[in-house]
Amino acid sequence: MKNLRAAMRRFAGMFSSARREEEFASELEGHLQMHIDDNMHAGMTAEEARRDALAKLGGMERTRQAYRERGTAPFFETLWQDLRFALRQLTKNPGFTITAVLMLSLGIAASVAIFAFVDAALLKPLPYEDPRTLVDVTESVAVFPHANLSYPDYLDWKKMNHSFRSLDIYQGAGYLLDTPSGVEPVTGMRVSDGFFHTLGIAPLLGRDFYSGEDLLSAPRTVILSYTAWQKRFGGRKEIVGQSVSLSGTPYVVVGVLPDSFEFAPRNNAELWTTMHAGGANTCDLRRSCHGLVGVARLKDGVSIATALADTKAIAQQLERQYPDSNRGQGATVQSLTEAVVGDIRPILLILLAGAGLLLLIACVNVASLLLVRSESRRREIAVRGALGASPLRLARQFVTEGVLLVCGSSLLGLICAIFASQALLRLIPKEMLPHMPYLRAVGLNLHVVCFAAAIAVMATVIFSLTPIVQLSFGEMREGLTEGSRGSAGVFWRKIGANLTVLELAIATVLLVGAGLLGKSFYHLLHVELNFQPDHLATLSVALPEKVYAKDEQVVAARRQLLDRISVLPGVTSVATTSQLPVTMNGNTEWVRFVGRPYNGEHNEVNERDVTANFFTTLKAKLIRGRFFNPDEDATKPRVVIINEAFAKLYFPDQDPLGARMGDTTLSPKSIKEIVGVVDDLRESSLDEQTLPAVYYPADQSPDVYFNLIVRTSQDEKALLPTLVSTIHQFDRGIGTADESTMMLNIEESQTAYLHRSSAWLVGGFAALALLLGMIGLYGVIAYSVGQRTREIGVRMALGAQREMVQRMIMREGGRLAALGIVVGLVCSLGVTVALRSMLFGVQSWDVGTLAGVAVLLVAAALLASYVPARRAASINPVEALRAE
Amino acid sequence: MGEKKDVWQGTLALMVLKTLESMGELHGYGIARRIEQTSGDVLSLNYGTLYPALLKLEQEGAIVSEWGVSENNRKAKFYKLTRVGRKQIERETNNWEQTTAILARFLRGTEDPA
Repeated sequence: MKNLRAAMRRFAGMFSSARREEEFASELEGHLQMHIDDNMHAGMTAEEARRDALAKLGGMERTRQAYRERGTAPFFETLWQDLRFALRQLTKNPGFTITAVLMLSLGIAASVAIFAFVDAALLKPLPYEDPRTLVDVTESVAVFPHANLSYPDYLDWKKMNHSFRSLDIYQGAGYLLDTPSGVEPVTGMRVSDGFFHTLGIAPLLGRDFYSGEDLLSAPRTVILSYTAWQKRFGGRKEIVGQSVSLSGTPYVVVGVLPDSFEFAPRNNAELWTTMHAGGANTCDLRRSCHGLVGVARLKDGVSIATALADTKAIAQQLERQYPDSNRGQGATVQSLTEAVVGDIRPILLILLAGAGLLLLIACVNVASLLLVRSESRRREIAVRGALGASPLRLARQFVTEGVLLVCGSSLLGLICAIFASQALLRLIPKEMLPHMPYLRAVGLNLHVVCFAAAIAVMATVIFSLTPIVQLSFGEMREGLTEGSRGSAGVFWRKIGANLTVLELAIATVLLVGAGLLGKSFYHLLHVELNFQPDHLATLSVALPEKVYAKDEQVVAARRQLLDRISVLPGVTSVATTSQLPVTMNGNTEWVRFVGRPYNGEHNEVNERDVTANFFTTLKAKLIRGRFFNPDEDATKPRVVIINEAFAKLYFPDQDPLGARMGDTTLSPKSIKEIVGVVDDLRESSLDEQTLPAVYYPADQSPDVYFNLIVRTSQDEKALLPTLVSTIHQFDRGIGTADESTMMLNIEESQTAYLHRSSAWLVGGFAALALLLGMIGLYGVIAYSVGQRTREIGVRMALGAQREMVQRMIMREGGRLAALGIVVGLVCSLGVTVALRSMLFGVQSWDVGTLAGVAVLLVAAALLASYVPARRAASINPVEALRAE
Repeated sequence: MGEKKDVWQGTLALMVLKTLESMGELHGYGIARRIEQTSGDVLSLNYGTLYPALLKLEQEGAIVSEWGVSENNRKAKFYKLTRVGRKQIERETNNWEQTTAILARFLRGTEDPA
């Protein structure tokens, strides 16, 4: 306690030292006077009295010194001196300081900004209690490792498993909500009764669903998301207990979710209703109809592997029990975290690695700058050493300078990082953000600050050690003598050159990575779509089920709608499909062929319901047979068009036209005849293989939900408002959503976004790395030329040609560059293996990329050494020799 | 005049405090002289070392200082004990008594068997 008080007083004493010393001087003066008085009383002469008094004191200056040291904190006093000295040193060399600070803060900003994302997405992605025991539970089939669950399977899994404390399900749903501005489609979720309980979420208002509330017999209830409560119901608390109409059916609001609640798989859901399985939705009762995703809480001590084995065993049992529906239906259990961030983990780690390499280059560059500088300070250090500064004291000066440099850069870097991460957030398409709710946490937090601090400490160590190691204090005496420059220069050139090789190698690795990612992205955007995606407007439409209850009504309404749209100015063609192309494989069904032996296998194919002119609107190529006729509805024989992949797989050496197929039981209603084969127009996302697909006439299996595709000769984006108003003029009760264009759908798709952002960011890092590497190489060569001025002068005096000198210097740069490039290429072969999951259509050892990077780096290296080589060649030998 | 002893490390502070306790307010020179007198002129005190010790005690809050005028009309800084200082005397006195008692036992122990 008293030590603390004394320490604080001493620290404060640093700022009042002048006044205290003045005071002490007069106290000492008083002391001496009193002593002299006494001595004279005792009979000494004035002279003797004074001498004795001073002797008893033990020396004025020593006393003052002891008093001064006790009065302040000498450690801080020195620190303060060092800091001021360091600051003076740094401001004296603004070129060095600005370059070093800029490079360092660049590296720090990049790393910290990316780390902010890693922190938000990977370190704590799930805002639920004990997220490690939450798992994602789905079925699996040959073509989809994560396939949806069917409701009867879910009930069996729930009953038979021994691993889950609770197992619940969810499914996306859409509702038409009556609002003052008309009917609006609202995204929602159907969940089982224990869904929120499993996640460990309690409603903000009202209550959770009670057990059994998801049964058909229970009254229909809904829980609102916080956003929906605020936006649609004005945040009124009385809403709980009141009834709202969803797609014409009344639901009682029983609760409101907290603002902090998020559910990444479908975070934009506004309404949460219970399953009510078996009502109008006939899918729920069929074991072969898969539309659900499971989420479960593991029992204490049960691992994911155990749960997976347990669930797989149940799936096998169901396979035996229900061979028709469950053949080939396995199970998948993975952590919920994996399900949520599994997609973006590789890209984030790649970006973090890229940013880390950039930081490394920046550090190496600043370290070599420090080396050059400490070289020129050799004499200063030698003089200070000769005047009595201890090696420790000198080292401390370097540490102080390092700390000051790093602190300034870190602060600047941290500020830049905050802006950079906000800018990166804004670059993420709005449609994707709801699926990444965890990114709300991106920003300055304790983790990020600690990360920045760790970098700062590391950088400080590097920058303090560099000059200390280089100025090995044994050589100090040499520093005072003039002729020592040669040997010291050699020492520095070796270290500096090695650092440059390291820099160029890192730059090579980054460039190779960027090249591969860029090439992947190019391949991705140029995959074969097999249709023309330009000039297509897209819009999803939902007819109110209550109004259009019968199939004939849906068919009639759709035809009238399409007629109205087709006469809009600019519109050349209009069609609908149950699912837009270039979204995903899925919405599959199982097919079986008439007249072929069948052993119960599941022939899983994409299934799309399209109108007659769907293929001509997309400009997809017909390979055989015919397209649908406009009048092919329920009154006509059932027909199907298959894609080429389907024909190749199931009719390898046959003509598919005229063949008949149906569902797994070949029920008479399901039998259709193949009338055409179309090109494999891309249904899947960009980086997947398009599965075999079947297309049915939309009018033979009508649905109230469909997607409009409109081809126009004008700007497709400008057409969208007209489309919406035309539909609402037809019937105000029709919901419309997802107004977009085909090009936007493709370019802003998650696959394209992930590839684009990683290619651009790593490309940016690589460009900066190249720039820093060039600066580093330039620095080394320029320094070497400076050191060798005299040698060059001698060479020229002895008859060396200017071109020869220039070539000699260029050769020095070329040798370093070649070494760096070779080392870098070898390293990148190892490193890019980690990139494999992000590559598309290109190998990690892509020769073109490697060669391109090598050429680029050689050019950059020649450019960087050309300038100093020119300077060397223009040295005047007379002046060079006279200079020293 | 016999051989003089140096002041042991760490004892000066206690001597200063004890002096102030018995004398009340006193200036640096006075304290120095008083310590020498109390020791029976056996201690050789370097007056210069007194001032950093006084500053340390003041920083620790054991004493406070005030400018005043000495008996023979010289300007001097007077030091005074505080409550913290009195407690410190109590504590350190106990410590010393214990230490010396222990040491005394050892010293006796080596002499007794003879």
